[in-house]
Amino acid sequence: MNRKTVFSLLLFFLLLTACAGAATPQATAPAPTPPAGAPVKLTVLTHDSFAVSESLINEFQQANNIQVSFIKGGDAGAALNRVVLSKGSPLADVFYGVDSTFLSRALEADVFEPLDTPMLGEIPAEFQLDPQKRALPVDYGDVCINYDKAYFAEKNLAVPASFDDLLKPEYRGLLAVENPATSSPGLAFLMASIAQYGEDGYRDFWQKLRDNDVAVVNDWETAYYTNFSGSSGRGPQPMVVSYGSSPAAEVVFASTPLDEAPTASIVAPGTCYRQIEFVGILKGTPNREAAAKFVEFMLSRQFQEDMPLQMFVYPVNQAAVLPEAFQKWAQAAQQPAQLDPALVSANRQAWIQAWTETVLR
Amino acid sequence: MDGDRAAVSDEATWTQRRGSARQMLLLWALPLVFLLVFFFTPLAAIFRVAFQAESTGEAGIAAAVGRSLGFTVWQALLSMLLTMLAGLPAAYLFARYSFPGKRVLRVLTTLPFIMPTVVVAAAFNALLGPRGLANVFLMDAFHLQTPPIRLLNTLGAILLAHVFYNTTVVIRMVGTAWAQLDPRLGQAARVLGASPARTLREVTLPLLLPSILSAALLVFLFDFTSFGVILLLGGPRYATLEVDIYIQALQMLNLPLAGVLSAVQLACTLLITLAYSRLGGREVVPLAPRLHGEGTTRAVTARQKLVVALLTAGIFVLLVSPLAALALRSVTRLDAERGQRGAVNGGLTLDYYRELFVNRRGSLFYVPPAAAARNSLLYAGSTVVLSLGMGFLAAYALARRSKINRVLDPLLMLPLGASAVTLGLGYIIVFNRPPLDVRSFPALIPIAHSLVALPFVVRTLQPALASIPVNLINAAAVLGASPLRAWREVELPIVGRAAAVAAIFSFTISLGEFGATSFLARPEYPTLPIAIFRFLSQPGALNYGQALAMAALLMLVCAAAILVLEKAQD
Repeated sequence: MNRKTVFSLLLFFLLLTACAGAATPQATAPAPTPPAGAPVKLTVLTHDSFAVSESLINEFQQANNIQVSFIKGGDAGAALNRVVLSKGSPLADVFYGVDSTFLSRALEADVFEPLDTPMLGEIPAEFQLDPQKRALPVDYGDVCINYDKAYFAEKNLAVPASFDDLLKPEYRGLLAVENPATSSPGLAFLMASIAQYGEDGYRDFWQKLRDNDVAVVNDWETAYYTNFSGSSGRGPQPMVVSYGSSPAAEVVFASTPLDEAPTASIVAPGTCYRQIEFVGILKGTPNREAAAKFVEFMLSRQFQEDMPLQMFVYPVNQAAVLPEAFQKWAQAAQQPAQLDPALVSANRQAWIQAWTETVLR
Repeated sequence: MDGDRAAVSDEATWTQRRGSARQMLLLWALPLVFLLVFFFTPLAAIFRVAFQAESTGEAGIAAAVGRSLGFTVWQALLSMLLTMLAGLPAAYLFARYSFPGKRVLRVLTTLPFIMPTVVVAAAFNALLGPRGLANVFLMDAFHLQTPPIRLLNTLGAILLAHVFYNTTVVIRMVGTAWAQLDPRLGQAARVLGASPARTLREVTLPLLLPSILSAALLVFLFDFTSFGVILLLGGPRYATLEVDIYIQALQMLNLPLAGVLSAVQLACTLLITLAYSRLGGREVVPLAPRLHGEGTTRAVTARQKLVVALLTAGIFVLLVSPLAALALRSVTRLDAERGQRGAVNGGLTLDYYRELFVNRRGSLFYVPPAAAARNSLLYAGSTVVLSLGMGFLAAYALARRSKINRVLDPLLMLPLGASAVTLGLGYIIVFNRPPLDVRSFPALIPIAHSLVALPFVVRTLQPALASIPVNLINAAAVLGASPLRAWREVELPIVGRAAAVAAIFSFTISLGEFGATSFLARPEYPTLPIAIFRFLSQPGALNYGQALAMAALLMLVCAAAILVLEKAQD
């Protein structure tokens, strides 16, 4: 007997929702300034950490009559999954954010179209891991141990200079690391240890590190903000696995201006792991020309110089000049560890499994 | 006893009438189509992909399932029992006493529900961590060398966080039913000589049983599929099915194993829901609508005052103190803490709030706080409308007697057991081209939220609808009220309170949800939780401070909205 009322209410509700849905884009979309001719619409899928200056993207849009919209696809693994699952009917034209540990997976799934561009001439060969030029390098960063300078100064303790040092009793319980099964820096640090001790020796290293009371958490956020004493989270451990650029971020994002970074990275040979991030044109894009322009734009000096302070990574383009904060406080490792992407792809699961059994069980 | 109750409920509530096939079809049509399009289709799609892909060894799968299933059930059971233990006395407090600040306190108890886990982990650390307030205080007071409380990365932390998150479910669901309970029943029992304990055991609790069971089921399922709490507070030694699904799907890129684990999780959800309906969550006793506040009293005797004071204090310690610690941190100059060793000026500051409004790096993805709040509210509002629309239809259908309900009722609960990761990947496969396109259809977010909210809405509305005494409606009709008027003036007041509770549930579920949002959100329309994560993903005091400030803002927005919703119900 009241069904009519219910239905009319429901109809009203549905209409309302539809309106709300339709109203959203108009309410918040950044107003594009349309140049002559309809701009080509380009979609770029990235991982969540992607960032860029608004002015730079606007310039690119105007110069090329291309309208760029971004989709953030979760962390590196989630974003790659999206690309692989939507292969054939791609979600986007360009995908940025596959790193050297996931590179083989992306290439095996054959999601990229090759792009040969003269821009590659400005990028050292060591970064160009895909000889077929489907995935082009954009930036790199080092996963390193960060330490709390004040702690080591106060305790008059020497900073560890190698992985072996970490096993010494004076560093007992001072290091926080991330679980390689759930965290990308955690995985990178595990791989640095494999590069150092080999596939036969790394479990032994981790067993000893466990005996030396290493703290393990699942994600970088917890490790850095809850465990690390050098961050604002005021944690118990004065060493944490983070990035070589984190000390620069501590200065740039200080709430009271600092003339010295409160933290620093251990960059001794072999203790950092180098991650390279790649961009590629997704197979099946109807906008290949615009996509190529955007990829070249990402490799250009302009974009490469904007990147460091937006994402706290290093440019691969050798012509790009580093910002002052980077030159002063960020540390790139001179001899970082690195593993062959194909080897990583073949063994990632087994390594993580072995690590889990050694450190957690 | 059972026979008596059956006699009472038979035909006594109008909604217990048998529903004709046509009626049932009409009522079920929309909710079913909704579930079919937005739940079963994407789920089927991802399962098809997962099971077509090459499997990586059957033996490993069985071991992986066995390992996490046991722990998942165990921690969910413990968490649920503890949550009931904390929630039932609190529900009693809100249902039976009126005291100054009651409304505000009830809103505060809801806030944990919306807080992102990362922020809650930070709050727990601020309170109970190795250098948290509690440990520092105890170490100073008793001259201890090591922190006495070692909670983080233990089962205790998981249980505590689950109680912190879900007590509000018990307070809202059981508390509302309790407040609507005719106080004369209890008074009659007392007059007839029953002790307060006996009255509680033999009158009050049996009458509240449907809502207690509903709350227990929902809390159990929430804990059963827990993800963030396990990952961030439990640490790497604990993994639930949901955590394993996440690791396998997104980190190991092992979709077949992720598929098996999700299927197991769904099957368990189905079994649990079936067991619940067997347990008799459907027995209904007609309730005459009570005047608002009729059953509540002020605390007069010393004993009553003590009860109110103790319960309020308990709620403060358990639910409010972590939130307060967060809010406090968001206005504390954080460099000072690390600078205790150096000379950095400490004290209070509003810098982090001010900084929220500045796009210092000129970033394309800068989130203005007002825009994030607006997006969050828009998504949450749409979720309320959508889930209440669907929920009312389903609840009306469920309140009628029909065989089809026995099949469809458990289906409604399934979205609670579906892993967010699995469903998210399914959405990407299915909603890949216009008109339903992940890229250009922001409504997918409230739709995904509604899937999670729907079980809450139905479980809240259905008992209220089912309990309306048929003679009240008949009386209204005899006295000349049109069906519409009878609905408005008899049914709505009874259902109104339940509807407000349902609205608050779907609102808070949407506001706090992160998994589906991060999967489906366009960067142009970030929500408050997404903004919090963006800040926390980079080092630096400003980022940390702004994340906490944004979290405080999220609490504020949510509290204001709930107050409005609660006012609307009166």
